[in-house]
Formats: sequence, C-alpha cells, structure tokens
Amino acid sequence: MIKTIEEINQKIQSGKAVVLTAEEIIDVVRKKGVAQTAKEVDVVTTGTFSPMCSSGAFFNIKQLTEKMKIGGGFATLNGVAAYAGLAAADIYLGATALPEGDPRNSNGRPGKFRYGGAHVIEDLVSGKKVALKAGGHGTDCYPRREREQLIGFDDMNDAFLFNPRNCYQNYNVAVNLSDKPIYTYMGKLKPGIGNANYCSAGQLSPLFNDPYYRTIGIGTRVFFCGAQGYVAWHGTQHNPSAKRQENGIPETPAGTVALIGDLKQMTPQWLKAVSFTGYGVTLSVAVGVPIPILDEQMVRYVSVSDEEISAPVVDYSRFYPYGEGQSPLCSVTYAQLKSGQITVKGKKVPTGSFSSYARAREVAGHLKDLICKGEFLLARAQAPLPGAVIEKEAV
Amino acid sequence: MKQMKKVLGFSENITEEPIIYHLIADYGVRVNILRASIDPGKQGRMVVEIAGEDSQVSLGLNYLERTGVQAETLAEEIVHLTDRCTSCTSCVPHCPTRALDVDRNTWQVSFDPEKCIVCLSCIDVCIYKAMTLTGTLSEYFTNRQTAADDISA
Repeated sequence: MIKTIEEINQKIQSGKAVVLTAEEIIDVVRKKGVAQTAKEVDVVTTGTFSPMCSSGAFFNIKQLTEKMKIGGGFATLNGVAAYAGLAAADIYLGATALPEGDPRNSNGRPGKFRYGGAHVIEDLVSGKKVALKAGGHGTDCYPRREREQLIGFDDMNDAFLFNPRNCYQNYNVAVNLSDKPIYTYMGKLKPGIGNANYCSAGQLSPLFNDPYYRTIGIGTRVFFCGAQGYVAWHGTQHNPSAKRQENGIPETPAGTVALIGDLKQMTPQWLKAVSFTGYGVTLSVAVGVPIPILDEQMVRYVSVSDEEISAPVVDYSRFYPYGEGQSPLCSVTYAQLKSGQITVKGKKVPTGSFSSYARAREVAGHLKDLICKGEFLLARAQAPLPGAVIEKEAV
Repeated sequence: MKQMKKVLGFSENITEEPIIYHLIADYGVRVNILRASIDPGKQGRMVVEIAGEDSQVSLGLNYLERTGVQAETLAEEIVHLTDRCTSCTSCVPHCPTRALDVDRNTWQVSFDPEKCIVCLSCIDVCIYKAMTLTGTLSEYFTNRQTAADDISA
C-alpha cells in the first residue's frame, strides 16, 4: 500500500492531488510505467452517460393544512402513476412508468413513448411544475381524500433519485439475426445483422477500472447527475462471478451498483429522459466514480484500454427473448466497436452506441476538476460489494 | 446545371397521372425520389431531388405548375437539436447518407443538412428526440404519424 484514502483526501484539501481521467492515465502508464505512475497519481476519474432503466425517484410531498394520506391510495404526476404504497406523503416514480392511454405498441405499430416517468423527473429537474393528482381513503388523522395541484421541488420536502441498478460492468452488443426490423431496449435493430448496438463507455466506465471492486463499495461517494451521490448497495442483478479475462475484466454483464443522490441538486445537463421507439421510456444518467490510486495494482486496473475489454455479441431476435440459438455469436473489443464497424458471421456491421462517450469524457473531466478544486472528497467504502477481492493488494 | 430539392404536393384529382414520367421523358429532368407518400384518391407528397440544364429545370417546373402540382423548395427540413443531443452515436448507422456522422476523436455527432434526404430514420431512432422535422414537410408527415398513433390508441 502506497497511499491511504485519508492521505489522498489531505492532498485534495491542500490542492496538491494529482488527478487524471481513466482515459488520460492510459498513455501515462505506457510512458512512465506502473510503479512511477502509482507514486505520482492520486486519483483517477471515470465517467458514464447512458440510459439506465432501473432509475426512479422518491418524493415526499408537503402536506396542505388539511392533511392527506396518499399511502394506500394513488398518485399520478402529469398523468404518470407513481407507487403510493408507502407512508402518507411518500411516493416513488419509476423512470419507465407510462401514462394511461399512451398508444404504446398497438396494431403492430412501434409506439413512440413520448412521455413517461423519466420525463416527469427531467421536467422537475429543469425547474418545471408537474400536475399532481392523488386520491386516498381518508382517516381521522388524514381527512383529505383528493388533491389536485401543480407541484415543483418547492412543494416537496425531499426528492431523491434512487436507482436500484446502474453502471453495468460490461454489456451485450445487440444484433438482429431475423429478417425483419425489431425494436428493443438496445434500439432499432435492422434485419440480417444490419447494425450492432452497444452500451458502455468502455475504458472510461467505472467498474471496468476497478474490476474486483477493491475501492468501489457501499458508501463510495460518486458524481451523480450533477450532484454528489453514493453507492447505496450492490445493484440488482450484480453478478461478480461472471467469467473473467486474465486482466479481471468480465466477459459478460457482471457487477452493478445501486445509487442514491439528491434530485434537487441535479441538473438537466446530466439527466435526460429518453424514448425508445417500440420499447418505452427510460432515463439517461451521468455517473462519475473517483478511484483512489492506493497502490500499483490499482494503476494496472485503471490503465485498462478499449483494446483489452471485450463484449459479447448477442442476437436479440431469438436468443435474448426466447433463449433460442447460440450465444454469444462472437466477442468484440470496445476498440473495434468504437471504430464504427465490427465483423459478425463474416459480415461487416456498422456500430452505434447508446452510452455517450463524448459525455462520459465530460463527466470524468468534470469530476477531475471538482477534485482538483477541493470540492469533491473521496469517501471510503463502508462495506464491500459482494464478490469484492479486497485482499488482492499484493503488488 | 441546376440541382435542387423540392417538395411536390399532389392534389387528389391528379395523383393517377404519370407526372414524374412526363417530367423525365418530356423535359429531360433527372429526378431522384427521396420520399413519397401517394395514395390514389388522396392528396400526396413527394420529396425529390431534381437536376438538369437550367432551361430543362425551368420548363419542367413550369409543366408541374400547369398540371397543378405544388412545388416548394425544401430547406433544412430536419433539425438537429444540439441541446438534446448527447452524441451517443446510435443514429449514425441508420443514416443512409452520413448526414449524421461522428468525429471519432472528439466523439461529437454532427449533422450536415446538405447530405440529408429526409428519410426520417433518425427521427425513429433518436432516443433523446434531438432530431425533429420542421417546415414544409412536418405538417404533412407529422400529422400523418399522429393520425396513425390515434388509430392505434
């Protein structure tokens, strides 16, 4: 161990910390070597900006003079139903929730999904008011049975984004082997492997830079859509036992984190509602995780580049929905994906991404600036994520 | 040599005449149909790129006017809303003319309206709704889409 998180935080507070992004560190390690880089660099920042369906927000709505119990009743925001099975004034709005009467995918037409839970969340973050409509059964202590009102953040005691699953460590590359176009959560896939869609920031993605979760754990402070947030738990579907390459990088989707942060502090630049034609509504969020360079092993991890990270190519016409056929069809590196073209079954296929590398770079750069200015301190994880290999300290 | 994009509006009583045939055969105008929506007995719209000698093009346009076809100039119909776009690149493989392209150093996605043939693929696939249709076409095609949505509702 060369440094501790406490020592790194002291350097950050005195403005002396050396911070690089997970992209910048690659060339530095190639030039200076692992040992020298471990001595010189204190923090490496990662970033990602991508649709993350497992997103949603908790709201606590301020009571009017005559109080109301929404819990056990119902609540909609701009026509989108929130979950109301909590205490009197608490509701949870999921990003993928749709309003009643949305045309969806009727008559074989791919729905447009123009508005949903994610749009309500983005509207609030943009400072707009949304229409609350709530009903409850009325009690002696909460007599009001109905409430209709335009509300914004000022009308809420609390609003926090709580995403049960974010930052997937690796993800499928989606293609379509069938003879007709399909609309999926990985976008529109043209027939006959007409295109390939991927969704990861690759070398900038948080969990690729700490593949065994040595520093990222429960309690880690993160940049979350413009606010400071935290890793609240391991994410749903967290699967640390996925098969790994020699460098520790999982070959298939593996680790995930659950994230929490103050929605009122978030900005529309870093949080955007999206509509997948034929699939539904979801939310794109910005996440940046700082990685402390504790020793040479961490330098090796953060120096991983797109050439060294591979993703499985999966058929979304039959394999993903029905489990039919072979999978993966092949494996490709993020360097190949980012070249704009990969080869699948002998065919040259153009690639597109849902994870914005341009924005991932901005997130990592912005987090680097915050740390350099002393405005963002590292938080030691309070408990490891399942499957964390903490003892891999040997240099 | 003249080259331009036009939106042709056909009223319901002329949609069964071979107008494009006459435009090509009688006036020597080169016609590239970029998008068309014509049903017999209903009004139709066609987006075309026409090219030819100055005189051919003017005579061709005169012919269209005489036949009752409205020919309007197509100007930047698809708009790239850069404040919505995150440069994710998911649109890039769907754009047939590389009007939407990405610089693989800066990773910024750019839109060149000159190359756009208004195929509307990007509108279908952009999850941020960063590609929108405005002007001459939007009224017709967008209303049509909305009408379809209403039927399926």
